[in-house]
Amino acid sequence: MSPTITTSSEANGNVSAATARAAAKAAVAAEQAGPQTITLAKALNTAMADAMHADPSVLVFGEDVGMLGGVFRITDGLTKTFGTSRCFDTPLAESGIVGMAVGMAMNGMRPVIEMQFDAFAYPAFEQIVSHVAKMHNRTKGAVKLPMVIRVPYAGGIGGVEHHCDSSEAYYAHTAGLKVFTPATVADGYRMLREAIDSDDPVMFMEPKKLYWSKDQVDLDALRAEHAANTERGTSSEGRAAVARPGTDATLIAYGPSVPTALAAAAAAAEEGRSLEVIDVRSIVPFDDETVCASVRKTGRAVVIAEAHGFASVASEIVARVQERCFHHLAAPIRRVTGFDVPYPAPKLEHYYLPGVDRILDAVDDLQWED
Amino acid sequence: MTISADHAAQPAAQQAAQQDPAGDAVSKFGITVEDYMLPARHQIQMVGPDGTLNPHTEQGTQPGHEYSLPSEAELMAAYEQLVIGRRVNDQNSALVRQGRMAVYPSSHGQEACQVAAALCLAEGDWLFPTYRDSVAVMARGVDPVQTMTLFRGDWHGGYDPAKNKVGIQCTPLTTQLLHGVGVAHAAKLRGEDTVVLAMCGDGATSEGDFHEALNFAAVFHLPVVFFVQNNQYAISVPLAHQSVAPSLAHKAVGYGMAGERVDGNDIVALLAVLGRAVKLAREGSGPLLVEAHTYRMQAHTNADDATRYRQDSEVAEWVAKDPLSRMQTYLTDRGLLDDDRAAAIAEKAEAVATQLREGLSEEVPVEPQDLFKYVFSTPTPQLKEQSAMLADELARDAASISREAGK
Repeated sequence: MSPTITTSSEANGNVSAATARAAAKAAVAAEQAGPQTITLAKALNTAMADAMHADPSVLVFGEDVGMLGGVFRITDGLTKTFGTSRCFDTPLAESGIVGMAVGMAMNGMRPVIEMQFDAFAYPAFEQIVSHVAKMHNRTKGAVKLPMVIRVPYAGGIGGVEHHCDSSEAYYAHTAGLKVFTPATVADGYRMLREAIDSDDPVMFMEPKKLYWSKDQVDLDALRAEHAANTERGTSSEGRAAVARPGTDATLIAYGPSVPTALAAAAAAAEEGRSLEVIDVRSIVPFDDETVCASVRKTGRAVVIAEAHGFASVASEIVARVQERCFHHLAAPIRRVTGFDVPYPAPKLEHYYLPGVDRILDAVDDLQWED
Repeated sequence: MTISADHAAQPAAQQAAQQDPAGDAVSKFGITVEDYMLPARHQIQMVGPDGTLNPHTEQGTQPGHEYSLPSEAELMAAYEQLVIGRRVNDQNSALVRQGRMAVYPSSHGQEACQVAAALCLAEGDWLFPTYRDSVAVMARGVDPVQTMTLFRGDWHGGYDPAKNKVGIQCTPLTTQLLHGVGVAHAAKLRGEDTVVLAMCGDGATSEGDFHEALNFAAVFHLPVVFFVQNNQYAISVPLAHQSVAPSLAHKAVGYGMAGERVDGNDIVALLAVLGRAVKLAREGSGPLLVEAHTYRMQAHTNADDATRYRQDSEVAEWVAKDPLSRMQTYLTDRGLLDDDRAAAIAEKAEAVATQLREGLSEEVPVEPQDLFKYVFSTPTPQLKEQSAMLADELARDAASISREAGK
């Protein structure tokens, strides 16, 4: 049940045209009972709306998130439904957005804030690193910051400079931040609800090239699952998922790279090789258990991520798996990541992005002859 | 205003019309919006350096910028805190020299600002202080020893901010102003009448978050009083290198808020100006910016050498403007302060100093497992592993120490 990626045909168009089309599609997808085909964008939007209905302290704010509904339309309709005191536009200043959210969270609110694009979040870096991440520790738990910082991230949309960064490592490297990244439509709903429920701050990294990916999901079933989890005090937080079972090697991926890994596994299957795909889902906390169980079973692994490989989340995953699974490994773990270059211009990005062929080359390299 | 899902969206223009500082100013004070927002032409000073009350015409006031003298009770409460604050500053500096504390950024000379910042607020209000504002934190009611934990070195903060509604003393400049804005915004959305007073220094006004905080507070029309202690230096760099604005208070008008300048060594004027600012903010007039003109009498911290960048003669000029001595003269002349009262206040100050000496001389046991306990509400599996690793190291160390002892 992998999501369909609809972005390839839109990769050469501009973002606003694509978002306008997505908005139109989202508007058509009226709520109905039972399984329905919706986009990741709609799943995220529904998660916020449901959380706002459930809890009056949940607030949404950021740049253009109000009447416009966000440049990606993820907050579409929230101002209309909940009013300008619950979903509102702020002045154009990211440090201000995050810093104000810190104060609101200190004073009883649960802000869900949007950084318009990955690289636009950098002015807020000081607030995120020095306060969002550290307030709980600094005050020995007296101050909790239940806030979600949504970051549309990564490339593959033909975006211009500053619109395609994979910035997850900056946050994952900072103690005190949870870092989630959904790869499926259902996880968009599930994980954003869990992020909003979290008493700790969450960097919610949304793969923007998957905003328009579609899948059949039953929103009512997801709502029931959330309600049941809340009742039991359980959640899917911190758990990786087996996105595709296999036996010969493990592809470990997250966010925008999960569909690419699944496509590689499908191609490998045609050549008679069975690849298991792990969707990391939560970078922090990291699910060593699920990832290592898979690698111990298959004995071979490739880690796939769009971000630069040097000092990256992919590097961390390789290190962790190697420390824990060394005696089960038939070959060194390979990484397929972005090159260590600034994110390329639109016409060059396909050379940069981990693709099916590069993943299959890495798989071929896993010393099968031994 | 309560928060509800059915709160209908309002067009931006309509909202702006409801929150019009110009309208407020004209109706409240009968002056133009410019005269409301611009600081008075002179700083507000009620009691001069020699301890005499300035004639009304020489207090720097003008129409729309008028201030009444605080009550005797307020003045005496403030004086008591001034004396305690000075004693706290000097005691803490001594403890640093004795090696009991790693560092102490003293507010010696700025005690009037410190005390007024705390006393102008009501119980439900919030204070957002910087690292130099320990005296304000204590004047707000936070336990002195808990206040000094940050500088003692056993944790990054020693008190629960929610208890006295005081943010943790903030080191990254002006980042806390935005937290104050957020606290005020949340309160406003719930219809509470909380006011926030957020403090920073003159150098900090160069920071981006200063701008963002003032602008957010103004745009969302929030009850925040921004209180700048202009003590003339950012470590070694004088104000002229930070800003060439007519005054820091003049920056207010650029955000559409009111600004005022006040003699930062005159607690009478400070209580009046900050008191009015808090009142206006609570009444819904939006944020205000108050700049207090004061002087950092000592070096930035014990690690700094102020003789490298300023003249002794300049320091001497400010000794003559000391906030304590002028208040002592003023209150004595008014018959409010006599030897008995002064002795009683000195005794209280000494008690706080004793508390600090004892609290900070104590060898505080640190708990290594606290490293992992508070990073998240629930530790991650990775933190649990690391916590077990440290516990194991410590157990092995303890075992080897007891083996050594047994030999």
